[in-house]
Formats: sequence, C-alpha cells, structure tokens
Amino acid sequence: MAERAAAIDLEAAAASRRHFWSRFAIYGLLTVFAAVYLIPLFVVVFNSFREQAEIARDGLISLPRTFRLEAWAQAWSTYCIAGTCQGMQRNFLNSLWMTIPATIISTLLGAVNGYVLSKWRFKGSEVLFTLMLLGVFMPGQIALMPWAFVLGKLGLTNSTYGLILVHVVQGISFTTLFCRNYYVGIPDDLIKAARIDGAGFWRIFWKIIMPLSPPILIVTVIWQFTGIWNEYLFGVVFTSGQAQPITAALVALTASGTTARSYDVMSAAVLIGALPPLLIYLFGGKYFVRGLTQGAIK
Amino acid sequence: MSIHDLSVPIAVPARSWRDRLGSIVPILVLAPSLAASFVYVFVFTGWTLYLSLSDSTLLPSYGFAGLDNYVSLWSNRRWNIAYTNLFLFSGFYIVGSMAVGLLLAILIDQRVRGEAVWRTIFLYPLAVSFIVTGTVWSWLYNPVDGIQALVRGLGWSDFSFALTSDRNHAIYAVIITGVWQSSGFAMALFLAGLRSVDPDLVKAAQIDGASVVRTYRKVILPTIAPIFLAVAVIQIQFAIKTFDLVAALTRGGPGISTTFPAIYVYDLMFQRGEIGEGAAAAVMMLAALAVVLVPYSLWVVWRRRAEAGNG
Repeated sequence: MAERAAAIDLEAAAASRRHFWSRFAIYGLLTVFAAVYLIPLFVVVFNSFREQAEIARDGLISLPRTFRLEAWAQAWSTYCIAGTCQGMQRNFLNSLWMTIPATIISTLLGAVNGYVLSKWRFKGSEVLFTLMLLGVFMPGQIALMPWAFVLGKLGLTNSTYGLILVHVVQGISFTTLFCRNYYVGIPDDLIKAARIDGAGFWRIFWKIIMPLSPPILIVTVIWQFTGIWNEYLFGVVFTSGQAQPITAALVALTASGTTARSYDVMSAAVLIGALPPLLIYLFGGKYFVRGLTQGAIK
Repeated sequence: MSIHDLSVPIAVPARSWRDRLGSIVPILVLAPSLAASFVYVFVFTGWTLYLSLSDSTLLPSYGFAGLDNYVSLWSNRRWNIAYTNLFLFSGFYIVGSMAVGLLLAILIDQRVRGEAVWRTIFLYPLAVSFIVTGTVWSWLYNPVDGIQALVRGLGWSDFSFALTSDRNHAIYAVIITGVWQSSGFAMALFLAGLRSVDPDLVKAAQIDGASVVRTYRKVILPTIAPIFLAVAVIQIQFAIKTFDLVAALTRGGPGISTTFPAIYVYDLMFQRGEIGEGAAAAVMMLAALAVVLVPYSLWVVWRRRAEAGNG
C-alpha cells in the first residue's frame, strides 16, 4: 500500500518536473522571440532621445544615458531634407490630408457597394463583383504610367488630391469586398420586412444596415488608414519634395546623409512616420487583426 | 435568394415611376465605383500592355514595336538578377515566416499567460510600413554602427556581420527583414486555424495516448493544411510586389545585387526613360501574380462547391 503510494508520488513528481521544464521552454522561447521583435523598436525610441555625440561614442544599440527632446523638434520642423530645412511637418500633414479623406471616401463607397452587391443583387451583379475584386490583386506597377497620364490631364500631378484619387480607386475593391462579405450575413428577412413597410433603398441603408455596420466599418477604416499611410510607391512616383507623403520623405531623408549620419534626428523622424499606424494598432488591435485575417482568407 | 427577386410581386399592382426609379437606384449607386474599377483593372492594364509592345522610351509613344521590349528585357543581366532574387527571396521568405509563425502560434496556443501581450508584440511590425522597417534595419545591418559594431564592442573583435555591404549576401538581409516583418502575420492566421480545430478530435488523440508532438503532427496540422496554402499564396503575392522594403533597406544595392522586378520597373520607367521595357517588366509581374492566383482561386471555388455539395 505504502509502496504504491510512493510510486504514484514519484510519478507525479516526475510529471510536474516535466511540466515545469516544458513551461520553462515555452516562456523561454517566447521571450527570445519577443526580444528580437522589440529590440529594433527600442533602438529607435532610445536613439530619438539620446545625444548624437553619445550615439557616436557608445554605438547605435545601447541603453540611453541622456534624455533630450531636441531631436524630435529638429525632425519635426528644422531638419534639412534635400536642401529644404523644414523637417517632416509638411510631409506628415500631407500624409494626414491624403489618408483621412481617402479612407473616408473609400470606406463609404465600399459600404454602399457592399450593400448593393449583397442586398440588391441584379442580373450580373455577381460577375461585376468578381471583376471588381481583380483590383485587389493588381500590382501598382501596372497602373503607374496610365495614372501618370490621367493625373497629368487632370492637373493633379504633385498634389495630395491626386494621391487621394489614386488611393480611393485602388481601395474600392478592398472596401467593397470587406463590406459585402459582412452584409451577406445580415438576414434578408430584415430587409424584406422593411421593404414591405415601404422603406426604400436609402432608408433601409441608413436605418437598418448602418446601425449594424460599426464592426465592419472599424475594420475597413483601420485597414485603409494603415494601408494608405504606409504606402510608398505612388507617393514617390507622383509627388516630389514638399508635396511628398511621409514615407517618401523618410527615404529621401535617410538617403541624404551628407556628412555624419544624425541617428538621433533620423530616429525621431522614423517614429513620427510610424506613430499614427502604431497608435491605431495599439488601440484597435482586435479590429486590425480581424481585417488582416479576413482580407487574407476571403 | 436576393431581395430584388421579391420586388416583382410587390410592384406588380401599380408599377409607378417611383418603383421603376427604385429599381435602378442600386445600379446608379454602384455605377461610379464600377466604372472606376473597370478603368483601373482593364483599361490601365491594357494600356500598360500596349506600352510594353510600343517603341516608348523617355515619353510614351504608340508606334508598334512587337516583342522588342520583351526580348531586350529577357536579355538584360539586371532583369536576370531581379527574377533570380525574386525566386530566392520568395523561397526563404515564405518558408522562414511560415516556420517562425507556426512555432509562435503553437507556443501561444499552449494556454500561456498574457496571450494578448505576446500577440501584440509579434504583430506590431505589420502595422508600420516597410519603409520604417527597412530604414531601421539598414542601420542595424550597417557594419560601422549596427550589430557588428555592438558584438565587436563586447570583445569578439573579428566578428563579421555586414550583409548589406556584401553584394553576394545582401539579399539575405532583405530576407531576414522580410521574415521579421511578416512572421507575425503567419502567426495570426495559424493561431486562428489552431483555434478552429475541433477540440474533441484533439481529446480523442490524447486519450489514445498520443504525445503532444504526435497530436500536432498527425491530427492538428493536417486539419489546418488549407491555411498553409493560404499563407503561402499571400506571401508569394507580397514577394512579387516587394518594392518598399528594398527601396528603404538596400536601394537595390550594393551595385545592382538586390534588384527586384518592382525596383526594375520603377527604375526603367522613371530613372532611365525606358518606358516600353519598364512596361514589359510590369506585365511580367502581373503574369507572375496570375500564375499563382488563378489556380489558387479556382481551387478555392472548387473546394467551396465540393463542401457545399457534401453539406
């Protein structure tokens, strides 16, 4: 009896030891990977507050000894990019004035299109939907020359309005896809009942569809905002200098390292460019991930 | 069953102008987006296709030149480097980010504490642009300031890590950074897949005495096989379109060693005034995407039909 109990104890102890080591391995691995993911972020954040002299002395990857905000001020308003010394502020605002309208317009169009393609289908609407979807897969390169021509004709070269147009047209297929797939899940009976009560197209849209839409609208807005903010190709091709969005300006800034590279200012500039999407990610992470997985699997 | 079908019996008694107007409203609403998408997808593609067959150089020109641009493209050494890089990058990038992503997903799936925190850490690179990632990593790879300097400073004085200044190895810097940026994405998709596996299936395997490793290998991973394919297809798409990452990280260099198709298109169209050949390269990019996506889409549609048929 006692022997058997001892054997069970031994076995339990072995099992718990195994459990401890497997937990240790799991957390150990996760910690190593987390370090690899976080170190680049820490490096930039630290360097944006360190003195350039200190960076030159202690190296780029090092804990900070000093703390100052001057690099941020310089990156924002006085640092020189390709001969103009106004920092990143113009480019940051360009990105903002490009991203906000383009996000709102493409999301609204996507919502209305998705509503038509799910609740007001007509002959051929499925085919049209499939054709619109092709826009999701098109590489931007194939549209560069045509866009350059169209923007030139419209007088929108080197302008934020031109980029808004490009991003809205390119974004419609994504936003329509997101909204249509979400609205398909709203029961048709709801719409039928409203129609029998005499509600028309727009009334149903505003009174029934819109109140049910916040989850998908948040996903779509986050997807569009981060996508357009982070876009580089169209920005660098269709605008130059002071009219460039922040991604293009960042490349110009880090390329124009004439003498010693000022890592302090460049780090602050990089963070200014990364902050809006990062903040959205931190506060709307759930919706961000939902957009990613939906966009991917559908 | 759509709502529109139902509108006929309701409207029959008195088909007033209002009803008729009502039935064209949806089409009117859709029309501008449709027109824009149509122009974007078909007219623009056709336009670039035509440019690729034209004698355009510094400015678009519409004299027909047949396949001259394609011939000159495929005999160009730089294009050769570009698509070789694309193959190399695609292979390592897809396998690397899927392996890391799967490992992270499985680790997180072991009922770890603070799951949300781990996930947030592994996914944040996806929120920032390739430009930001590429810029910061170009500093880390910089032999004078970055990782090499750090390790040498710690006392290992002949440690060498200078991928981006070595033309034979710069492509691996692009691969490492690409994997770093997007393995979180693979993790998110794999984790969603792992969570959708029927728990009874897993329990049954455990009751049969299968070890954890065996359960994953024989039961869980096979059921999420379609996710592997989805992740691979999305990553190939990213790879074919790779532009920003290289533009910020190596600018195609040293020399031309990290040229990618997308870099080549940009360079020919806007730096060298070879619009015709640039357009030909853009058409090749589209063709590469089609080779991957058309069979995959057909397979997805076929699978859905098969599932609908069984259910």
